Amino acid sequence: MSTKSKSIKSKTDSNQDERLKKISNFKILLNRPELGALGGAILVFIFFGIVAGDTGMFSAYGILNFLDVSANLGIIAIAAAMLMIGGEFDLSIGSMIGFAGICIAIPAIYWGWPLWMSIIFAFSMAVLVGYFNGILVVRTGLPSFIVTLAMLFILRGATLALTRLITGRTQVPGLRVLIENDPIAWIFASDSFKWVFTWLGSMNLITLRTDGSPLATGIPPSVIWFIALTILSTWILMKTRYGNWIFASGGDKNGANNVGVPVGRVKISLFIGTAVAATIFATIQVLDAGSADTMRGTLKELEAIAAAVVGGCLLTGGYGSAIGAAFGAIIFGTVSMGIFYTDVDTDWFKVFLGAMMLIAVIFNNYIRRKVTESK
Amino acid sequence: MSDYLVQFNNISKFFGKVIALKDVTMKLRKGEIMCLLGDNGAGKSTLIKTLAGVHKPDEGEIIVDGKKTIFDSPKDALDMGIATVYQDLALVSLMSVTRNFFMGREPLKGPPFFKIFDVKTANKIAAERMGQIGIDVRDPSQAVGTMSGGERQCLAISRAIYFGAKVLVLDEPTSALGVHQASVVLKYIVKAATQGLAVILITHNVHHAYPVGNSFTVLNRGKSLGTYEKKDISREKLLSMMAGGEELDKLEVELNEMNRVSNS
Repeated sequence: MSTKSKSIKSKTDSNQDERLKKISNFKILLNRPELGALGGAILVFIFFGIVAGDTGMFSAYGILNFLDVSANLGIIAIAAAMLMIGGEFDLSIGSMIGFAGICIAIPAIYWGWPLWMSIIFAFSMAVLVGYFNGILVVRTGLPSFIVTLAMLFILRGATLALTRLITGRTQVPGLRVLIENDPIAWIFASDSFKWVFTWLGSMNLITLRTDGSPLATGIPPSVIWFIALTILSTWILMKTRYGNWIFASGGDKNGANNVGVPVGRVKISLFIGTAVAATIFATIQVLDAGSADTMRGTLKELEAIAAAVVGGCLLTGGYGSAIGAAFGAIIFGTVSMGIFYTDVDTDWFKVFLGAMMLIAVIFNNYIRRKVTESK
Repeated sequence: MSDYLVQFNNISKFFGKVIALKDVTMKLRKGEIMCLLGDNGAGKSTLIKTLAGVHKPDEGEIIVDGKKTIFDSPKDALDMGIATVYQDLALVSLMSVTRNFFMGREPLKGPPFFKIFDVKTANKIAAERMGQIGIDVRDPSQAVGTMSGGERQCLAISRAIYFGAKVLVLDEPTSALGVHQASVVLKYIVKAATQGLAVILITHNVHHAYPVGNSFTVLNRGKSLGTYEKKDISREKLLSMMAGGEELDKLEVELNEMNRVSNS
């Protein structure tokens, strides 16, 4: 960045350059789609710092609590954001979560598969569902809103029907015992950096249980996944050819096609991405709860899209960021947990969610006009 | 023998019973600008798509560099060095100048399987190329949406040239532009031609075409009304040919007739 502005500086005369440079720095800042979400997240933390600062919200346990909720939402929000930048929606994320859950639980409990095989099976099904969504949207040219809305009902219905057919009920418990000694379940089920918390506990810096172990035992797997996916997605968007293709596919499908971007393949891969993210979400939750529920993930697709929108994604595609979606998820997660620490009735959370999204859309729309304004 | 860079001989294209193009012939040398003039419905878009490899001609032959070729897809045409800049320019206004410039053909760096988009080189080339046509891109990471219509047109053309175009097919490059912007674009087109490119400029604006063109082909209802060197035809003659001069002449006579009747 610095070398670039230097080389430009040498071209123009110094008087004019000072003025131009300021404008362009300001524009660069406005250019970032995640600006709004970052500001929102800071406001949220200031608000709860004032209102709930002396409650347990900002203890190690409290922080991990709202981070866990944020991270779970964030995992699907980032994938939804990538797809939205690519110009499409996936409304079947929530149903995919429920479907993936029983894809793990039924083979493991009823068919006697080892847990790792069930998890791989669930991810294979996710790839299939995502591929099917994608190919349907690309081939038919129908709006993804309609195609994935159909998939929302089909998947949820199939999840319910198949589970009742095979098990006679709508929940499949009993997974917890299978986690131990499984070669891959730990990726989705074990806390990290336990030693840090043990050490903090031994130094009496964080709250301890009566038996002397720390209340917060480690970083939950969702948070690790969340951070990893944020970094990976941002790297893809900013630094790779595929990332440029995602922006191009969402920004102008025909234009991108005309210059040789494989728009169809890009979109299909992004649909696979949302289905896989939903399965990561499902695996973490199923292993954490020890049971699969056919209704798990209901309405999560809308929360994911809301977080992506708050994070600066345009509904028309071609613009947005993974970091923005991550901040969007942190805002929602923090408020949904933080509200318990205040005197406010938790019923108000949805009101906040809606209002936040509305403000974000208005703000983003304004920014987009600023960014693309002619000289 | 044949010093033509590209020849389109007796091209015809039919859609069912409709004759979209009939016996259209165009020949271009290096450094030549041929203007293809025609009113709405004259068959311009069909011809462009045939040149670009979207449509396959039903009759006629395409000869590039003395070799007869068939374009099976737009990519074939592009590989032969025939680049078409459509009216929509294939630019994404929310994306940066650099990202647009290299869209679909991003320069990569790094070890195999971990190749990343070489943004630094891309920025440098994009700024350099835009600088050459007199557009000072202060910041190549600025959105294309901030550029004027003329600058966008120049960006699209400059991109086509950078990626190896020998023949440029430009679809109405000045139609959406004001007078000043249009002249900037036309100047750039002439500059590209002097560097050895052949240009097919498709337009319905004779005033834009006449100053820059070396030869003119007029298209009317799918047929070519002939190709003229600049010295052989005046601006006025071109205008009247394009508008279907005879028909207008007839109309004028009829209107005069009507006036006389109503006045008497």
